[in-house]
Amino acid sequence: MATGMASARAAAVLARAGFHRFATYRQATLAGAFTNTVFGFVRCYVLLSLADAGGRVAGYDRAQLATFVFVGQGMIAVVNFWGPADLAERVRTGDVVADLLRPLDLMVNHLATDVGRAGFALLTRFVVPVLAGLLAFDFYLPAHPATYALFAVSLLLAVLVCSVCRYIVNLAAFWLLDIRGVRQLWVVASGGGSGLSFPLPLLPDWLVTGLWLCTPFPALMQAPLDVLVERGGTGHAVLLVAGQLAWLAVVVALARLVQRRALRRLVIQGG
Amino acid sequence: MADEPGSTAGAYRRLVAAQVRSQTQYRTSFVMDLFGSTVLTLLDVVSVYVLFSVNGSLGGFGGREVLLMVGIASCAFPLADLAVGNVEQLPSYVRSGRFDAVLVRPLSSLGQLLAMDFAPRRIGRAVQGLVIYGIALAAAPVGWSAGTALLAVLAPLAGAVFFGSLFVATASVAFWWIESGELAAAFTYGGKEFTSYPATVFGGFFRRLFAYGLGFAFVAYLPALALLGRQDPLGVPGWLHWCSPIVALIAAGLAALFWRTGVRHYRSTGS
Amino acid sequence: MIIQTAGLRKDFIVRRKAGRLRRERHVVSAVDGVDLAVAEGELLGYIGPNGAGKSTTLKMLTGVLTPSGGEVSVCGLAPVPQRTTLARRIGVVFGQRSQLWWDLPLAESFSLLRHVFRVPAGDHAARLRRCRSLLDLDEFLETPVRQLSLGQRMRGELTAALLHGPKVLFLDEPTIGLDVLSKQAVRSFLAELDARGDTTIVLTTHDLADIEKLCRRLVVIDHGRVVHDGTVSDLHAAYRSKRRIVADLDAPWPGVALPGASVERVEADGLRVTLTLDGATAGEVVARLAGQVALRDLSVLEPEIEDVVAKLYRAMPPRSGPAPRRSARPG
Repeated sequence: MATGMASARAAAVLARAGFHRFATYRQATLAGAFTNTVFGFVRCYVLLSLADAGGRVAGYDRAQLATFVFVGQGMIAVVNFWGPADLAERVRTGDVVADLLRPLDLMVNHLATDVGRAGFALLTRFVVPVLAGLLAFDFYLPAHPATYALFAVSLLLAVLVCSVCRYIVNLAAFWLLDIRGVRQLWVVASGGGSGLSFPLPLLPDWLVTGLWLCTPFPALMQAPLDVLVERGGTGHAVLLVAGQLAWLAVVVALARLVQRRALRRLVIQGG
Repeated sequence: MADEPGSTAGAYRRLVAAQVRSQTQYRTSFVMDLFGSTVLTLLDVVSVYVLFSVNGSLGGFGGREVLLMVGIASCAFPLADLAVGNVEQLPSYVRSGRFDAVLVRPLSSLGQLLAMDFAPRRIGRAVQGLVIYGIALAAAPVGWSAGTALLAVLAPLAGAVFFGSLFVATASVAFWWIESGELAAAFTYGGKEFTSYPATVFGGFFRRLFAYGLGFAFVAYLPALALLGRQDPLGVPGWLHWCSPIVALIAAGLAALFWRTGVRHYRSTGS
Repeated sequence: MIIQTAGLRKDFIVRRKAGRLRRERHVVSAVDGVDLAVAEGELLGYIGPNGAGKSTTLKMLTGVLTPSGGEVSVCGLAPVPQRTTLARRIGVVFGQRSQLWWDLPLAESFSLLRHVFRVPAGDHAARLRRCRSLLDLDEFLETPVRQLSLGQRMRGELTAALLHGPKVLFLDEPTIGLDVLSKQAVRSFLAELDARGDTTIVLTTHDLADIEKLCRRLVVIDHGRVVHDGTVSDLHAAYRSKRRIVADLDAPWPGVALPGASVERVEADGLRVTLTLDGATAGEVVARLAGQVALRDLSVLEPEIEDVVAKLYRAMPPRSGPAPRRSARPG
């Protein structure tokens, strides 16, 4: 119990450090938020142009679409799809051995830093595109107060699932000298499969179901956004969050497995 | 191998060759990158297809017409990326002060930067773009004549010059503002996204700014109208549809001016 | 004059935090009106404390930085507008920034530079041959630059800067961080180059041994202004650095008075005394000394440049203004 408390405290410290580390890149953050906003405009107009006579696209009305796109752009940096390959670099250089000597678990370390970073992104890169979208388009504001709370939970789960997934991608560095290819694959799959490139309901139903059942990608963006625009009501929203939780459990288990294998490999190599 | 060094072109050729030689030390990455770029192109195509499949048209244009715009854009952008995309490295040269070394050699600073960071792996996307353009030209109802044939060749080249100018101009921002981060991407990658769709899709001040203010309509949308022999629903006069080469030259001139001014603002800090 | 500046100035705008969000704008003059005239074949030491504006001046002379004001001409050219023409006539070594290709063997960097500078093969080969023997390059000529030691790399940089036969060689801290042997190699190479007389050399350095061994003329700069321009002996004269006499005695020092000299310290149980000359000549003092004590041995010490420069820096007024100079001025 005491060690659990200590770990939690250490994780909190790491999260704070992650927050502050990214807070130093203030100007680059602003530039990034601007870029997200520009992409928000392009994507939003393209999707709106698809609206039928009733003003609906794949079950979203115009306001829901605008919210979907701009909040989605704001979430890119929070969920951090394209996070840096720090860990892979540390594996490549061998610095990871020093990390392993620390009392704190490697994955907890990675996750805590990432959550701190996400917190900073939430205050900066999330706010700018959302505000811009709010000013330029009709925005959908959730009717249920509970939706805001559910969205917060769903967003946190998205951050965690994404962080664990990237952790696994980084661990590939234990086997491959250069993980750029794996990262590219991750970027493409997570972009297309998560709702980042386009809302998933534009795809045939069987494919969306398949994505939900077989990949963690919809949990990264489609789920929180559907919760926010109240697609399918509160019951559906709870279902989405449950789905995210299930995927978090799966990817964490997978990450533990991969990590064990990776460390064994390190020991065998005499790393 | 001539013994007497002759032209400036020869000097550049050797700089490029040296860069390629030092890149071959990382051969697996090259294969990985080629693979990654192919998958990325595929994602682009799938995205447009998904959007298009919603109601069979985009912004009042049919599939084969939109494909023509996508074709021009997906030729122009990777060509520019291949030739000058590596100017994105400028912030790192400025931050580290490595730009000093560039300035004490008897060649154009921009030329050296492009030659020294030439990335042959980008050829992949350019070839893929050419294939898409070829298919689009064959499929679209182009009113063939000497004029349209010339434009069909010039449009992707003019688009490449336009995007290239944009790469240079946005990278030059780093001379004044080193931490500009992703700002350039808003205009280069954002612009590429914009040009892949008919300008009619967009609306409001955003269309005015991007299509005409920044000139993105001249990359793919207006030349495609000229090739298709269509009127612009937005009322841009017909003769302007043929003007993308001129707009590209103006953009190149402005970018050169921007670069020149930027070099004079270089502060040579860092170490 | 191969290098000529008049009122050369470089201002940097620095934004400083003032309060939580507000930022104040300051103009910092890194180089503040430098007049410099260097004749062909001279070897000039350009020295000053950290952040005095040494590197900034050099960067304006080489066309890297655009001056904020004043006039500058190098080899009869205006450095920034005629940068590429000038680049062929000057050689530049910035101690901290490599001119070489990181991933390629040194020899390949040299052959690339031949094409970049368009040097005829014969000239190139002759110059490279000379550098190879003078700087002992042969053992690492085929090694990628990233694997070279700092000393080896610096010898490579020197060669790279000279392969196109420049009229002027600019060196910014060429010996910084080098081991003793490499420092000596670089110094004797520069001395040799200087002796041949056809290359003008401008050198910034922190290393006082560089100055002692190489520089006949010294320009000292602080706060972006020239505070001394003359020979090393001028500097001694100006700052009245004193020669010293160290005498070893047969019997302990009796404490005699010597006009025009003062006792600096007495050591070795009174058997060694160090005198500072203060008005009298060495000859006078030695004559007087010999008449009063039994001398065993005697030596006259020339003043150390280190002391002079330390004194010079101390004598400079404290920095004015609140600007954070280190961040604004490289080197």
